[in-house]
Amino acid sequence: MSRIAGRFQQLAAQGRTALIPYIVAGDPSQDITVPLMHRMVESGADIIEIGVPFSDPMSEGPVIQQGHERALANGMCLSRVLELVQEFRKSDDTTPLLLMGYANPVMHMGYAAFADAASAAGLDALLTVDIPPEEVDDINAQLQRVGIDNIFLVAPTTPEERITRIAAGASGFIYYVSLKGVTGAGHLDSDEVAQRLAAIRRHSTLPLAVGFGIKDADSARTVAAVADGVVVGSALVNAMAQTLADGGNSGQAIEAVAALLGEIRKGIDNAAS
Amino acid sequence: MTINASEELYVAVPDEQGRFGPYGGKFVSETLMAALAELEVVYRNMSTDKQFQQELDHDLQHYVGRPSPLYEARRWSDSIGGARIYLKREDLNHTGAHKVNNTVGQALLAKHMGKKRVIAETGAGQHGVATATIAARLGLDCVVFMGETDIQRQALNVYRMKLLGAEVVSVTSGSRTLKDAMNEAMRDWVTNVDNTFYIIGTVAGPHPYPMLVRDFQCVIGREARAQSLAQTGRLPDALVACVGGGSNAIGLFHPFLQDETVAMYGVEAGGHGISTNQHAAPLTAGTPGVLHGNRTYLMQDSDGQIMDTHSISAGLDYPGVGPEHSWLKDIGRVNYVVANDDEALRAFHKLTKIEGIMPALETSHALAYAETLAASMTPEQTIIVNLSGRGDKDILTVAEIDGIVV
Repeated sequence: MSRIAGRFQQLAAQGRTALIPYIVAGDPSQDITVPLMHRMVESGADIIEIGVPFSDPMSEGPVIQQGHERALANGMCLSRVLELVQEFRKSDDTTPLLLMGYANPVMHMGYAAFADAASAAGLDALLTVDIPPEEVDDINAQLQRVGIDNIFLVAPTTPEERITRIAAGASGFIYYVSLKGVTGAGHLDSDEVAQRLAAIRRHSTLPLAVGFGIKDADSARTVAAVADGVVVGSALVNAMAQTLADGGNSGQAIEAVAALLGEIRKGIDNAAS
Repeated sequence: MTINASEELYVAVPDEQGRFGPYGGKFVSETLMAALAELEVVYRNMSTDKQFQQELDHDLQHYVGRPSPLYEARRWSDSIGGARIYLKREDLNHTGAHKVNNTVGQALLAKHMGKKRVIAETGAGQHGVATATIAARLGLDCVVFMGETDIQRQALNVYRMKLLGAEVVSVTSGSRTLKDAMNEAMRDWVTNVDNTFYIIGTVAGPHPYPMLVRDFQCVIGREARAQSLAQTGRLPDALVACVGGGSNAIGLFHPFLQDETVAMYGVEAGGHGISTNQHAAPLTAGTPGVLHGNRTYLMQDSDGQIMDTHSISAGLDYPGVGPEHSWLKDIGRVNYVVANDDEALRAFHKLTKIEGIMPALETSHALAYAETLAASMTPEQTIIVNLSGRGDKDILTVAEIDGIVV
């Protein structure tokens, strides 16, 4: 069983919802990423989503865009991200790791070369924002060869007949985008999220994670009541950037993320009880 | 009449997935997939709908001012002493460039789809102006995204858009030019997809945009082909057009693709020179990748990050190119070449002085290459250059380079 499937099964048995923090690899520095990942696990993360920086992150709001720009300025690149995954795996062989990024760096490395390198590093899943089911066949063949899950998005605009198609090719879990917009935007409508998740569950037995509009313990609790996983990104990237802007050091930036994640963990667990 | 093999080849693209050979496609986030599917259905219906076509033809004739003339540039041709050069005068269109052919068409689609708000990206500002213009005429809300760098170098067009009632949003992310404006327009579209129509200005973006923008711009080549036959009794020997995203070039080239005797040259922006890496010539010096919803030639680094580009002309300052051009390059139907900043500037001054026609700096790249090409040909041969836009918007840029305070 894959690490992701195993983790969701274990959480389901405990009646808990997965907490999935997102950070940008190499933001704000290359050295911070692996210690930050370990600290997030200690603070309640069940799966870690690592953003692969890209020069043109079309689906990101300003907070994560700036994270991508900082990481690229620090020399972060896809092969280095996979090295960080490998480094993390030296002392944590259980926490599932998901890369989230854009098609071009992966395509440029080559789908086969990426699959081999990612598998060797200990990666569990990949989510490419701009590869919808229509364009997925080539990369899926390579990911399946090495047993890496391909995570698909379902959006508020996805018609039900498309959900069937997405569900047929999905593995690991399905990621529901809670709002029309970019990461870190607006306010999510929890009733709509509940309805949409119910629609997806008619077509798939995979766990459902929800992301894009969750920024604190309250919004996490609301979503956790209906979802199997909660993704938090912009709020964490912002907490780190803010700490450094206020004169804090990397250790303090890591602790700012840990504190926020701890609160969100409590929010999620309260929803379950 | 039997359709020959090459004719079939060119009308068969894009396929149902929006692919031109290995290029094109729909590489966008899931949120936009339904909107693209809806647009494709509406467009396919409208493109065979008589009433829609009549409305479009009426607007092109009475609002845009079509057909545009095919003008023999006699003094310029004489000065070169080679092939006779004809200029397809897209600069005489309403708003001063070919861009309006497409915005008129897409705005009609927006109207039929009941969208009250249109958005656009712009580099030089020509597409932004053309979008703001048609939005004013149809009473639509209009937001134009423009890189901060381009806002500074195209101040006149920014003010034109504001006069037309558009909101111009300054984009400060990334390289602050056309590609970043397109990122920001995509972000707006994903947020406001219910009430907003995204009027893409070039033959790039996700399917069906490269197809529908091409179809709207093909009026250039259809007219030029008929005008050439009427004025010279034959088809031209060569076509020349500048290529940024490539909409004016595909518009001129496409109706001639099956005419095997017609050579075609797409001229990319060589900037400071290909060897300096400061250029915007992905077909000449790039490799295939995915940006802005399609697979195409890109300027990218060893990690697949999109590189900063440089061109004297904001409209060519883009690291990608329409996917159909990538395919036409690979199959060898069109030759893609470059003209550098200084060559374009010389052509700008020369055409202005010798023909009394002031070209856009984008267009000046095509003119620079056409001069070299004409010199290698004979006076019995003809070249059509797409004079894609007028140069008034570039006067301040040229003055600054010449050290003149206006």
